Amino acid sequence: MRMPRLRLKGGTSLWIGGTLVAVAIAVAVAAPLIARTDPVMDANLMNAEIPPGLEFPFGTDAQGRDIYSRIVYGARISLTVGIVSQILNSLIGVTLGLTAGYWGGWWDDVVTGLTNLMLAIPSLIFALAIMAILGPGLSSLLAALGLTAWSYSCRIARAQVLSLKSQGYIQAARILGYGDLRIMFTQVLPNILGPLIVIATLGMGGAILSEAALSFLGLGIRPPFPSWGSMLSEARDQITTAPWLSVFPGLAIFFTVLGLNLLGDGLRDILDPQSTTRRT
Amino acid sequence: MAEPLLALDSLAVHFTVGSLLAGGVKVLKAVDGVTLDVKPGECLGLVGESGCGKSTLALAIMGLLPPTRGRLALEGRDIKTVDRMATARTVQMVFQDPYASLNPRQTVRRTLADPLRIHGVTDKAEIEARVADMMAKVGLRPEQADRYPHEFSGGQRQRIGIARALILRPKLVICDEPVSALDVSIRAQIINLLLDLKDELGLAYIMISHDLGVVEHVSDRVAVMYLGRIVEQGSWQEIFEDPRHPYTRALIAAIPDPFHRAVVVETAKAKGEIASALNPPPGCHFHPRCPLKQDVCVREVPALDPVSPGHLAACHFRDLAGTPATALRPPR
Repeated sequence: MRMPRLRLKGGTSLWIGGTLVAVAIAVAVAAPLIARTDPVMDANLMNAEIPPGLEFPFGTDAQGRDIYSRIVYGARISLTVGIVSQILNSLIGVTLGLTAGYWGGWWDDVVTGLTNLMLAIPSLIFALAIMAILGPGLSSLLAALGLTAWSYSCRIARAQVLSLKSQGYIQAARILGYGDLRIMFTQVLPNILGPLIVIATLGMGGAILSEAALSFLGLGIRPPFPSWGSMLSEARDQITTAPWLSVFPGLAIFFTVLGLNLLGDGLRDILDPQSTTRRT
Repeated sequence: MAEPLLALDSLAVHFTVGSLLAGGVKVLKAVDGVTLDVKPGECLGLVGESGCGKSTLALAIMGLLPPTRGRLALEGRDIKTVDRMATARTVQMVFQDPYASLNPRQTVRRTLADPLRIHGVTDKAEIEARVADMMAKVGLRPEQADRYPHEFSGGQRQRIGIARALILRPKLVICDEPVSALDVSIRAQIINLLLDLKDELGLAYIMISHDLGVVEHVSDRVAVMYLGRIVEQGSWQEIFEDPRHPYTRALIAAIPDPFHRAVVVETAKAKGEIASALNPPPGCHFHPRCPLKQDVCVREVPALDPVSPGHLAACHFRDLAGTPATALRPPR
């Protein structure tokens, strides 16, 4: 018997990644509907540290709160941090990289120097310093992660522009009288978007991990509000006695970051027009 | 005589290469004092080996490289005083590589319509009509307008490149090796298309090529370039039938002749390789490869002086006629 062949545009990684990310986003959006209890208020010491079972599918923590509900609400924070910080990083990095690569000269020197400086400082330490100045909270978390990791997209954008700049169609655009900004945004940017999207989605995963790390260190989201990182942080003392406290937030981070990485790969494939040939 | 459309007056483009730390700064004289003019409606062939500065000259004319010295005048006005947009409507360029010269993420329609919008054509119907008209002129079907470059063959892409160069109705088109990246079977089509468009639209061309066969077929006048300098310049007949520079003779002797219609005169061939433009030989740049070399060639740079009106050659022995590159083989 022949199996009907399933043809998926963009390949399986796009679909698996897209599904994982879509589930994460759906959970975050619909959190009040699908959460079983309030993640903060429904503490009940009578129910403390119950292993996963029928009543509490992911178990409960030391305060007796439902882990499942806390993970559902934690998705809001993790995704907000991942998406918003990467939008910030990409805007800064692509703008700097594109202009530096295209214009060259002293501006390129300034941007390259700044990029190298940013790369030389461990970004988590930099983020820690910003968090220490601004204090914990969601907005300072966004600033700390959104202003410190742009050097990757900046470097990629600049290198791509340099390799494209001598292409005939860029020269043709200049000859036809296109302005610099128009060339950058209509001729160069669409042709370097692929790697930048991959970098941004990988960075989203990285930002979610950084949020977890900062929250783990107590500088991110403050308890009792649930973020996956702060849940891991609270769970570290009970990792041998109540492993479900760390396993489930860990899995949530794992699948979301995996989904983002697969999605990035898949998007790169379909964003390349050469990979899809139209029939006439 | 009509006023030249484009006039170059001892134009030079030099690059500095290397750094003080690594071996010292050197000056690369890619174009070194080129004087040329192009009249309306004429086709000037620019010939030379790879690395002789043809493409650099093209980019300098297009304003993509700043000239180190010399003057570049368009319709009698110094190009520095002419608005960039007005220059764009006068001179355009067709590129060598049809694969790299089209934006892979733009449809043909966008590639052709955007320049019109930038140059102030706002009426949608007019843009539509001009795009369709230009596609028809270069031999593309209007329904192909919404396709992307990768859906076309090399020859069709070059047609798109030609359409893009002509959409602003320029008077001069610089064709930088327009067919050398194409299959031999397509070349004649593209060359004939260029010639038809020249007649139809009254264009002037600068046809840059290392292929003398192409240049011979299309050019009214020919200029031969060697290591950044023009070594010989004249009408089509003068260059091909009475070449006065030994380098021109060497180029003609090197035209492939599969049917052995002619006997190549052995002494006409050039020896060795083109010298580096970073370190050109003194005197006449061609002397290390020249069959006519004398002491004077090493000491003095030959001037580009007339052999006859309109036929210039930069050789100390330009009056030494009668050393043809090829002789016709007697019929068997």
